[in-house]
Amino acid sequence: MIFWIIAGWAGLLILPWYGVEDGFFALEWLFDGYPLDEDYAPAAFLIGQGEKLWLTPLLLPLLTPFLALRLKKSDPNYARLLILSGAFGFGWLIAQGFGIGIRGFTFEWLTALFGDLEDRQFGMGYGALLVASAFLFLFTQGIAARGAINGDVFVVSAIGGVIVIVTTFVFFPIAKMLLAAFITEEGGYSATVFAAKFFDDRLWGIGCLSGGRCGAAWNSLILAILVGLITTVLGLVFALVVTRSGFRYKRALRALTVLPIITPPFVIGLSLILLFGLSGSVTQFFADLFGIQPTRWLYGMPGVLIAQTLAFTPIAFLVLIGVVEGVSPSMEEAAQTLRANRWQTFRTVSLPLMRPGLANAFLLGFIESMADFGNPLVLGGNFDVLSTEIFFAIVGAQYDQGRAAVLAMVLLFFTLSAFYAQRIWLGKKSYTTVSGKGDAGVHPLMPKGLAVPVFVAAGLWGLFTVVVYSMILYGSVVELWGVNNTLTFKHYITAFSVRFEDSGIRWTGAAWDSFWTTIYIAAAAAPLTAIVGLVTAYLLTRQSFAGKNAFEFGTMLSFAIPGTVIGVSYILAFNVPPIEITGTGIILIVSFIFRNMPVGVRAGIASMSQLDKSLDESSLTLGANSWQTFRKIILPLLRPAILAALVYSFVRAMTAISAVIFLVSAEYDMATSYIIGRVENNDYGLAIAYSTTLIFVMLAAVGMLQLLVGRTKIGRRTQFTAGEKA
Amino acid sequence: MKRLSTIAFTSVVALTAAVSAAQADKLTLYCSAQEDWCQLMARSFEDATGIDVNMTRKSSGETFAQIKAESANPKGDVWWGGTGDPHLQAAEEGLTAAYVSPMRDQLHDWAISQATSAGDKTIGIYSGALGYGYNTELLAANNLPEPACWKDLLKPEYKGHVQMANPNSSGTAYTTLASMVQIFGEDEGFEFMKGLHANINQYTKSGSAPIKAAGRGENTIGIVFMHDAVKQAVSGFPVNVVAPCEGTGYEIGSMSIIDGARNMDEAKQFYDWALSTDAQNLALEVNAFQVPSNKGAETSPSAPDMSTIKLIDYDFKTYGSSDERKRLLQKWDEDVSTLPQ
Repeated sequence: MIFWIIAGWAGLLILPWYGVEDGFFALEWLFDGYPLDEDYAPAAFLIGQGEKLWLTPLLLPLLTPFLALRLKKSDPNYARLLILSGAFGFGWLIAQGFGIGIRGFTFEWLTALFGDLEDRQFGMGYGALLVASAFLFLFTQGIAARGAINGDVFVVSAIGGVIVIVTTFVFFPIAKMLLAAFITEEGGYSATVFAAKFFDDRLWGIGCLSGGRCGAAWNSLILAILVGLITTVLGLVFALVVTRSGFRYKRALRALTVLPIITPPFVIGLSLILLFGLSGSVTQFFADLFGIQPTRWLYGMPGVLIAQTLAFTPIAFLVLIGVVEGVSPSMEEAAQTLRANRWQTFRTVSLPLMRPGLANAFLLGFIESMADFGNPLVLGGNFDVLSTEIFFAIVGAQYDQGRAAVLAMVLLFFTLSAFYAQRIWLGKKSYTTVSGKGDAGVHPLMPKGLAVPVFVAAGLWGLFTVVVYSMILYGSVVELWGVNNTLTFKHYITAFSVRFEDSGIRWTGAAWDSFWTTIYIAAAAAPLTAIVGLVTAYLLTRQSFAGKNAFEFGTMLSFAIPGTVIGVSYILAFNVPPIEITGTGIILIVSFIFRNMPVGVRAGIASMSQLDKSLDESSLTLGANSWQTFRKIILPLLRPAILAALVYSFVRAMTAISAVIFLVSAEYDMATSYIIGRVENNDYGLAIAYSTTLIFVMLAAVGMLQLLVGRTKIGRRTQFTAGEKA
Repeated sequence: MKRLSTIAFTSVVALTAAVSAAQADKLTLYCSAQEDWCQLMARSFEDATGIDVNMTRKSSGETFAQIKAESANPKGDVWWGGTGDPHLQAAEEGLTAAYVSPMRDQLHDWAISQATSAGDKTIGIYSGALGYGYNTELLAANNLPEPACWKDLLKPEYKGHVQMANPNSSGTAYTTLASMVQIFGEDEGFEFMKGLHANINQYTKSGSAPIKAAGRGENTIGIVFMHDAVKQAVSGFPVNVVAPCEGTGYEIGSMSIIDGARNMDEAKQFYDWALSTDAQNLALEVNAFQVPSNKGAETSPSAPDMSTIKLIDYDFKTYGSSDERKRLLQKWDEDVSTLPQ
């Protein structure tokens, strides 16, 4: 507590209160009139100079906690004092932030009440951030002192922290965006506008039943269900091959399944076109063979389905591998001891225990398909889906943000329905198999009847992936993809040339700027995403508190909404004070954290629901507090989930496009937006060479992360590792 | 000791330099033309004036959406390039500022008329005529005749071979729709769109996608701006460009100053510079085949020869207004897009 009081004062006395335009870490502000210059002054100096007097009330709640220092924790006044100071301070901070903007008072009634305000304020900076955190954690400590969650300060603070950041960076921008659905052309609010846009034939038409075209909503729904099912099945297939068979080349298989996830958008689509398009090599081959007219069959649902299945199977795999590994062999051994054969064991014991994994994998596949934008854009043909419709409602010739908001709501409704369907399917059963008791078994092999189709499916899919990626690699070393097939390295040289000079290395290639920015942003976002995601998962599985369902819903929200909507809503929400972060790297990092956090949450939940609570309880009984339990017991057992979260968020930060388009700025240009610019300009070679380089960089990064995080060792599962070495 | 003070002195100098560098003039440029052109414009302006340029390239639709979202606290100064429609739309919504450049007397009439129709809030920087391109190999493989007019595209043998963008999502396709209405009259224009609909294999989302597909051999004929088709041909794809015999509409690539720009003086400086002969001649270096708006600027020899193209008197004021746009798009949605193919 003392820590947070000091932090609060430091925020007030030392750090610049407002955002520094040239970047805080450039530290130029230190030499440019600090601490007296209005732009860089800490709040205390501002007040001292008689400026920004509305900050004065913040002093009071920073003083009162000192009184609490003298009280005992059990004293009801201790809790009351902290809650009151925290709540008042935090509330006032927000109220003044929203009330006073760059044009004086933000609300007309404030002007009416107090008259015109001569002064104004810009976005909050690190000083304000620190003070806000201090108030928040003083408040949560007060709540904990009153006995909430057994007086557990760590848990209450974690809940409070996650709620505040999720509200700020998920609910607030999305609410701001969705309000547009009700805004009329004149700027008023009206429900009829919403209705008109909602009951649109382009959205709900069912013409495809009679040979015509269906609405985008149905298209998206059917596609998402198919993608969810297929990716889950394929993900399970790969997970089984890796964990429950004597297959030799597991590492290669693992790498192969991870490939699509680390592929920048558009590349898979382009490669599929070169294979199966009207003039694609496979199409031409079969057309010549059978003497049939080549068709454009790829464009539409088939193409999108193939591309999305390629792209999202790895996600299902990442979720399922943790779960399939996590099913404790003791259960399976028990079944076998009771004379069940391998097939019976698999069907009645292993498979049901994998249900959380299956459900989560399906949910992720479903949501990813709904929100995917690159593949439908390239391969969709006349098959309209919600995500592309939303994008073009915003940037297309219609400029209809309201329609985009309505479509986003429909999309959100679908994803939430899937979310609840998954909850119902999982029900209240227990899937716990890893407990504190001895666990020394090894997983049984798959039953024969299952192994054959599993290997066939994995083999075919693996082969397909290899072909697609060979095409990509090939495309990066030819003069002009599909037209002039002379081999050349010129695309790599244009993008990544370096010159060695006396003063060091000069990065002369065209791609270096965006490359380093991307690496930097991705590396910053990944650990933060994993932390936020896993802490949230821990709270959701291990703690119970009021409003938990709404909380879980909130954490899924940003993932379920297409990136375009997130991008625009972030501009709407964070371009004006109190939080003004557009045009900075921070907004990119923040958007990645909250877009990718749900994967960490899902992976964490899936893994944690397998860990017996008795593990936590014994740790708590032995006198550890919940923070120590989380760090020493849960975290080590969660390594697969941590890895999944880290890998996924790092990779997604490097390959995401739809939200990024709106958030990049001159200083922070990302690789994907650079690649798209190149594709638009016909520089396919350069775009693909860049993508290929990114793929290798990410492979290396994934490998390094795997080494860093390490593997969970539950029991002595050495049967197959011996085989790997051989 | 002396050494120490030298170090101290140097670092103070370095710091001062760093600080003053940070206060140097700067300009935030939103660019909606092709990437290499944008880069060249930004760097050349830096060389010409010493003003630091922060350039962000996005498509014109994306830039419009961004400027609109940022309108409470504008971050950009100048918006250069991209088709004229969103610029007109931005002017209509008051997102851009009026400015009369001293360079105006050097410009073609169409560039000025773009400015007057928007109350001086935008100005033409280049123009490009609408037309179509076809893949010569595919055309031969399917034994199709070479099309030369708009009406040729209605012939039944082209069924499944024509691609255009969806006018709801693409400014190019909206220009096509508006051009047909102006060439043939509204009723006959819509009849044309209906006939075309029967031959269309896909309405793409983005405006230049049809000709890119044609270049890769995924489509035979793509209705696009002719400079986009020329670009495919110059890049090495087997594409032929057609200026339709009935005449055709065109776009005016535009430039606007964003209302509330933080660096207004630099923005005006860029605006004037971008209209100069030197700046417009930069297009020659980056395979941009549009026609520049400065009378003295040169046009690329590969560019479609505007003097041989029959250009209609495109009414930007009427067809650029949001009411007319909404009406035409709705009519197209209801009468054309719902027809069976």
